[in-house]
Parts: sequence; structure tokens; C-alpha cells
Amino acid sequence: MAAVTSLHAAVDHAARFETRSATREPTWIKWTIVGISLTFFTLFLLMPLIAVFVEAFRKGWDTYLAALIEPDALSAIKLTLIAAAIAVPLNLSFGVAAAWAITKFEFPGKQVLITLIDLPFSVSPVVAGLIYVLVFGAQGWFGSSLADNDIRIIFAVPGIVLATVFVTFPFVARELIPLMQAQGKEEEEAAVVLGANGWQTFWHVTLPNIKWGLLYGVILCNARAMGEFGAVSVVSGHIRGLTNTMPLHVEILYNEYQFAAAFAVASLLALLALVTLGIKTWIEHQAAMTGEKS
Amino acid sequence: MLPGFNLTLGYTLFYLSVIVLIPLSAVFIKTTELGLAEFRAVVTAPRVVATYKLTFGASLLAAAINALFGLMLAWSLVRYSFPGKKLVDALIDLPFALPTAVAGIALTALYARNGWLGQWIEGEFGIKVAFGPLGVLVALIFIGLPFVVRTVQPILEDLDTELEEAAASLGARRWQTFRYVTLPILLPALLTGFALAFARAVGEYGSVIFIAGNIPMVSEITPLIIITKLEQYDYAGATAIAVVMLVLSFILLLTINGLQAWTNKVTGRDR
Repeated sequence: MAAVTSLHAAVDHAARFETRSATREPTWIKWTIVGISLTFFTLFLLMPLIAVFVEAFRKGWDTYLAALIEPDALSAIKLTLIAAAIAVPLNLSFGVAAAWAITKFEFPGKQVLITLIDLPFSVSPVVAGLIYVLVFGAQGWFGSSLADNDIRIIFAVPGIVLATVFVTFPFVARELIPLMQAQGKEEEEAAVVLGANGWQTFWHVTLPNIKWGLLYGVILCNARAMGEFGAVSVVSGHIRGLTNTMPLHVEILYNEYQFAAAFAVASLLALLALVTLGIKTWIEHQAAMTGEKS
Repeated sequence: MLPGFNLTLGYTLFYLSVIVLIPLSAVFIKTTELGLAEFRAVVTAPRVVATYKLTFGASLLAAAINALFGLMLAWSLVRYSFPGKKLVDALIDLPFALPTAVAGIALTALYARNGWLGQWIEGEFGIKVAFGPLGVLVALIFIGLPFVVRTVQPILEDLDTELEEAAASLGARRWQTFRYVTLPILLPALLTGFALAFARAVGEYGSVIFIAGNIPMVSEITPLIIITKLEQYDYAGATAIAVVMLVLSFILLLTINGLQAWTNKVTGRDR
């Protein structure tokens, strides 16, 4: 499923098509298609983005800043950063390990494994949260033994981290598998023949070849980790100052009709999205120049 | 032979089991607590069936709208030059990067009665968008927008001009070339994008609940019913509906895999 978000080099193809009469449409058709496309783009994508910032500043800078530095907002920002700081490295190491096993070796059931890695992308976030409630919740499999030892997972930080790990599970793996598959394993085999050990081979031979794809997977993983709402909402318990992430804080403020404050926190998340897209575009240019692509 | 097979595969299987497979199996095990008759009663209750209709109907319609406009967007981005193209291309992925809750409140602000767009639509046409089924559709269009563009775009970029030149030299008109030469090559990717957008829309929660109004029998989506049941401590009921959604997810996942294999075959991207 992540094939959609896979790294592809940024190259403009328009000249190739627009200079040939056989692949060119009359000017009025071109501008009709471009016009319809851009109207759709503006209505459904650009305007919501602009609305976030306009609503955030509707009551001025002071309200905006106040919404960001109040203690509950700060603790939500902190929790969001913690969840991402745990989930992203976990899924990064998993993604590298899975891609290494899948692309460098042959074994039965490989295709099934690839499909299973994709699974979290097609599970509804709400169901993703529910499964951890069923395992670790008060009524769940380990509920009573956790309670006996006074360990809280659901309605606490560990549950939020688990839900975040689940929804961002495939990002790095799905980015690396096609990339490493396309590159084959001759270079690594040569390194091993020349006496490199596994770690040296990965660090000095594989990593330079996949660095842009890896980074690409990591930033998308991070954006989703910081922005996840449904799954985290189920396991969080919405305890202010304790188990509220930024998206959940936005929801609470919004439901309390504190719209300017809700949009102020939302604008931070929107800014994060824009930075993510900026880095993504930059990586695509780097990949286009160095020729790394999947 | 490269090193690290046992370590990496072992770690992969362990991590996959702990994070995904074992917790997911909990859903199926938990649901056996309900008898078959009870299970059926929960998943076919009128209020629940109403959510299926809305969720599937709106998801299908949103995916179809995204297929049409996504194809046009991908076509424009690959084949035409126009001012601001790089910016548009970069922003297409916004729904992947923007948290769904943010999208939800932003769309609500736009399409509510006093919003920039809602004001105009309600004034001109008397149609209420936010806080009703149409609001669900709007949110699902937003979150599904990148899928079709991003599946069709690389296929369009890889197209050789020769095919169309050959068609033109044989006397085909531009429209005929598109219909009989280009579209059949794009079709598998277009359907893949459609299926991806649909799969994403069916499970979507965050962006929808703000704009939907969540009126029982009218604008409630299926994931919301799971949440409602959880809030009432009806774990068995929530799980039963989760099973229905999971089975659908599996079917969609396999369909998408099949469509992707077809795309690779048609465009010669087989490894």
C-alpha cells in the first residue's frame, strides 16, 4: 500500500510531451484540464490548509501564543514528541531488518510476509487501538496480571506508544524493500568476499545506496506518528496533562468551543506537515541528482 | 552467502508477531465469546447497518471522484507546464502528512454554514455540507486525494511518446489515442489508486467525526460505532464490528495486491 508514497525522482516530463504534435492537446483542452484540476486541488486541499492558519490567528498573536504555552498544550507537545521518538526508531530498525531478510535471501512464504507487513496500513486506526485494549485493557488478556503489578498500559503512555508503533509499522520497511530489491545483492556479496563482516557491509555498502529512501521512510513515519488520532484516541483515556497528544488536545479544545486555541495547536501540526513535505521534495531532488530510485 | 539471515528474519517475525499478529488475533478470539446468533444481532442492528451504508457509499463515491480528478491532476502534472506546478506537486501529499484531526476541523471550518465555502454553497444551492452525510464525503475526498495521483503519475511519466506517435501516424485522433492506447495502460494503476483510496476511506475516523455531525442513522460512520460501544464498555459488541471491518480490510488488501501485480504486468515493471 505504501507503494503510493515511494520515493521517485523529481524530473519534469512536460517538455517531452508538449513539443510533439502527437502527444499534445489543443491549448483550450490543456487549460480546461489544468483549470479543473487546479479548482479541485484548491477546494479540497489548498483551502483547508489556509483555513488552519487563518483560524489560528483570528484572535491575534496573544491568543495564539497563549494557547501554545499553557501547561496542557506543552504536556501534549511533549507526549507527542516522546511517542514519535520511541515509535520511529523501533520501526526504523524493524524496517531495515525486514528489508535485509526479504531482499538479500530466498525463503518460502516471502510474499505472505510482505503482505503481512502491509497489514497495518489497511486496518482502521480505531481497530488498531481496540486490539491493544483487548490485550492490555482492564478486561483484556493481561489486564488482571498488569493490575496486580500496578502496571498501566491502556489509558497511559505505553498504550499510546504501542498504538503509534502499530499505525506507523510498515513505513520504513515498505520504502526499503522495493529499493533494495532493485539494487540486488552483488555489491554486498563483493564486500563479504573481500572480508567485510555483516555490519561493515551494511554500513559502508548498503546504507549509502539506500540513504534517501531510508530518510524518506523515516520522515513519513514521523509525520504519521506525530499526527495519529484514531488509534491513540482509543487507548489514551484523554487525561489532560497526562495522556493527551497534540491531535487529542486539538479535539478537546475544539469540543470546548475554544476554536482559536484548537486551531493554534493545529497550526503547529500543519507546520510539521509542511516541513515534512518540504524535506520530502528536497529528498526527491537529491534522488534525481544521484540516480537512486526504486 | 551474505550474513545476517537468521538475525534479521528472526527479529522481523518476532516484531511482526508482537506488534501486529498477536494483538490482531485478540479480535477474533474475543469475538468467539459472543454466540453466532448474538454476533449476527450486533453486526446487523439497524443503526450499525446504517453506518455500513454511509461508510461504504461515501467511500466508494469519494474514491470515484478522486479517480476522475486525480487522473486529471496527474495528467496535468506530468504532461503540461503551468505556473505553480512544483508547489502543487509537492502539496498533493498533504493528506498523508497532515494529521487527520487537523484536516477534520479545517474542513468543518470551511464547509460549515458560516464557513467560506459553506456559506456560499448553502446560500446559492440550499445544500448543507458540514454536519451531514455530504460532510463525510468531503472529508473522505480529502484523505483519499493523493492515492490516485501518486499511482497514476509514475506510469504516465514512464510512457514513451512513440506509442502515441504511432497511433497518430495511423490516423487516430487525439481522443481515440487516449481512449484506446493510453487509457488501457493507465487502467490498472487507476484502479489500484481507486482501491487504495477506498480502503483508506473505509477505515477513516479522525477527519470525519468533526465534520459529520454524527447523527445516528444519518451521518454515523462504522469506526465511530466501535468507539461508541467502547465508551459504553460493550467490548464484545465493539469487537464484533471490528471483525466485520477487519475481514473487509483483508479482502481489500488482497485485491490491491492483485491490482498492483496487474499494473506491473501491463507496464512491464515486473522484476
